[in-house]
Amino acid sequence: SLNCVEWSLLPPATEEMVAQAEQLKGRFQGDPSFEYEYTEINAEDAERLFEDGKEPVIKEEARLIATIEQIDRAVGIIPRGAFVKTPLGSVHENRNFEGLSLTEAKKLSSYFHFSEPVNLKNKTLLEKADLDPSTDFLDSLEHDIPQGSWTAQLEKGGTVVVLRSLLWLGLTFYHVPMSKQYGYVYFGTGEKNLDLPFML
Amino acid sequence: MNISQSYALGQDSHQAQEERQSLYQSYALGLDPYQAEEPKSAYQTDAVGQDPHQVYERGHGPYQPHEPGYGLYQPGYSPYDDQIPDPKSRMLAIQNAKAYLLKSSTTSGLNLYDHLANMLTKILDEQPTNAVDIIENISKDVKWAQFQKKMDTLRDEHEILPTFEAAEKRKALFLKANGGDEELEEEIGETPLPNVMETAFYFEQAGIGLSKDESYLIFLALKKLISVQPIQTCRFWGKILGLEMNYIIAEVQYHEGEEEEETEEEEVIEEGGKGMGEVEDEDEEKEKQDEPPKSTYKPPPVIPKEQNGTGANKYVYFVCNEPGKPWVKLPPVTPAQIVCARKIKKFFTGRLDAPVVSFPPFPGNEANYLRAQIARISAGPQISPIGFYQFAEEEGDEEEEGGGGRDTYEENPDFQPLSVAEMVDSLSAWVHHVQSILKQGRCIWLNPFKKSEEEEEEGEEEEKAEDPDELQQEIGPPLLTPLSEDEGIQNIPAWTAQPSTNLIPQYAIAILQSNRWPGAYAFASGKKFDNIYFGWGHKYSPETHTPALPPPVQTEYPSGPEITETRDPTLEEELAFKAAREEALVAAEEEEEEDDVEDDEEEEDD
Repeated sequence: SLNCVEWSLLPPATEEMVAQAEQLKGRFQGDPSFEYEYTEINAEDAERLFEDGKEPVIKEEARLIATIEQIDRAVGIIPRGAFVKTPLGSVHENRNFEGLSLTEAKKLSSYFHFSEPVNLKNKTLLEKADLDPSTDFLDSLEHDIPQGSWTAQLEKGGTVVVLRSLLWLGLTFYHVPMSKQYGYVYFGTGEKNLDLPFML
Repeated sequence: MNISQSYALGQDSHQAQEERQSLYQSYALGLDPYQAEEPKSAYQTDAVGQDPHQVYERGHGPYQPHEPGYGLYQPGYSPYDDQIPDPKSRMLAIQNAKAYLLKSSTTSGLNLYDHLANMLTKILDEQPTNAVDIIENISKDVKWAQFQKKMDTLRDEHEILPTFEAAEKRKALFLKANGGDEELEEEIGETPLPNVMETAFYFEQAGIGLSKDESYLIFLALKKLISVQPIQTCRFWGKILGLEMNYIIAEVQYHEGEEEEETEEEEVIEEGGKGMGEVEDEDEEKEKQDEPPKSTYKPPPVIPKEQNGTGANKYVYFVCNEPGKPWVKLPPVTPAQIVCARKIKKFFTGRLDAPVVSFPPFPGNEANYLRAQIARISAGPQISPIGFYQFAEEEGDEEEEGGGGRDTYEENPDFQPLSVAEMVDSLSAWVHHVQSILKQGRCIWLNPFKKSEEEEEEGEEEEKAEDPDELQQEIGPPLLTPLSEDEGIQNIPAWTAQPSTNLIPQYAIAILQSNRWPGAYAFASGKKFDNIYFGWGHKYSPETHTPALPPPVQTEYPSGPEITETRDPTLEEELAFKAAREEALVAAEEEEEEDDVEDDEEEEDD
């Protein structure tokens, strides 16, 4: 939506959309039908594309969709225990989730990425023994590369814990400890922060 | 445990109330799925006919008939055994069932039997409505209560919540200032205190800003700052986010003549820091003390920082991590720091004394880096509506070093505010009112080579941004240039303007966001305007940041005969040389005999 009054449904992202959008740099224009042209494409890619019969233009809409998908996949996080996995494999919300405690809330390891786990199998057996399979089935934040790409702060006198991602500048996750409230929002330019390793 | 004991005892004492017992039993029946096939009578015996101690010893497991403990648990020993006779198989099944119930959980040390007993007791005591609907919550509460029932002689130390601590700090803000300050405020016509809440309101229209709580706390913190320092004007500059903590920044201007040396005036915890020695004049060059050969490396002259009160150091900045914490003054910025800050891009950690590790090495710690970034942000996206400020003097002195006569401005008393629509539509309705920083790192260009008298050859490896060879006077855009002359980045304009709302144009305000410095916003509405910054403190660049390459390796001292190494002569060569010399001496021997002896000695010494 452009004005919070009229909303349009975006189609789900496809892999090729994501791949194409990664090549685009620069800000969004604000017009969903704006068409980008490949400016930095090298000769080989151009040939390849022309052979397929596709024109090397992407609509901003596609870029938007791909960006949203990337952000969700990369930095969409939930507190530990908010979702449980049944023995049958299905994941659903944990209605008994009462929030993290204050000490837990300050640790990065009590937050998980809300996407397919990648690193879970790489843990040592010792670590796996401590895990509770119903709640610890996702990647934790503390192994994110590069180290330190999240900042955790207590706001409002210590009642709200706020995590900000440094990879996608503008992604903010909040959680009120000892309560069921948590969520994340993104306000920003929609660009990945590729300078992160230099900035830490 | 006490409860279940009382439960069992209660059964024994209330024997006559069989209705109640049957209630219990029916519950037990309903709750225990494994026992579903057992007849009710079995349960009666099971629940009723046990002594309290036997209940716990059941945890040892069902005893088979051949084991020694078997006979002890026969129902024949209890007062109720004459009521219900039981065949042995049923007894065994009951024992199994009960043993299962009493089996302790490995994780929590409770067993189901006790837990059910506790739960039922609680339900009957409290008699909640719709107990069956909230049975899970009751179960959870009972479990939770298990841990709290322990009557320790040790009490947990009253945990001081961090909220409480934070509140204590803020409390200081809310205390009213003492009487002396109140008098002062009456004298001054306008308080230097900015109306933070009003500004926050306008920015809120744009969707930018901090929460009301935080704004108000900042307001109070600024008030405290003003009461402590002799300040003429003060402004809430903005907030910069950091890794561990954030910075809240206030821009102040001292009264004329009341400035003091920065290093001496320190009111709060201040870290030493390497960059603090800037008060001294750094005009001298540093020369390396090298053994021969003397290196030809001479660092370029350090450009002196601008005087306090002018140029990049026009304002003094105070920071604090949170409102309530003491304000820390930031040191004035040197051009070297600005130049270096342009090249690096680092996150702020939130601690002012943190070192900034980067390449090129930043001269100073985080406080200096912060100050440099603040200076850049202030110079870049701080804007005001056109006409609000005007020059105080005539413009006849323009020919002096790039805009030297134009660094002051004052408010225009005849300011006619433009309408919001105009402010939004054309960027030329806004002007910069802060001097931009030249490449050199200063606002007013200074020729560093005027002062030094020697000729110097600048090494090509130097990365300082000044022009070593031509010494051109650098001219930046003059003060009060309209925004329309700001160049965009690639095809993005430097500023994005929009009204705060399209629905109510009468009360809309014009809002500008900077695209060069994401996070810098400005608003204007009638005669009011302000700038603010919320962000990470970095400039926007569509390309990724590439750090400067290290300088190429310096050429070594040019090799000449005096320092080239030669091979040491080998033994044969030495002997040959010696032999040759001896021959020469033999020839001379004929002339003088005394000399031969000396020569021989000399040769041996060789």
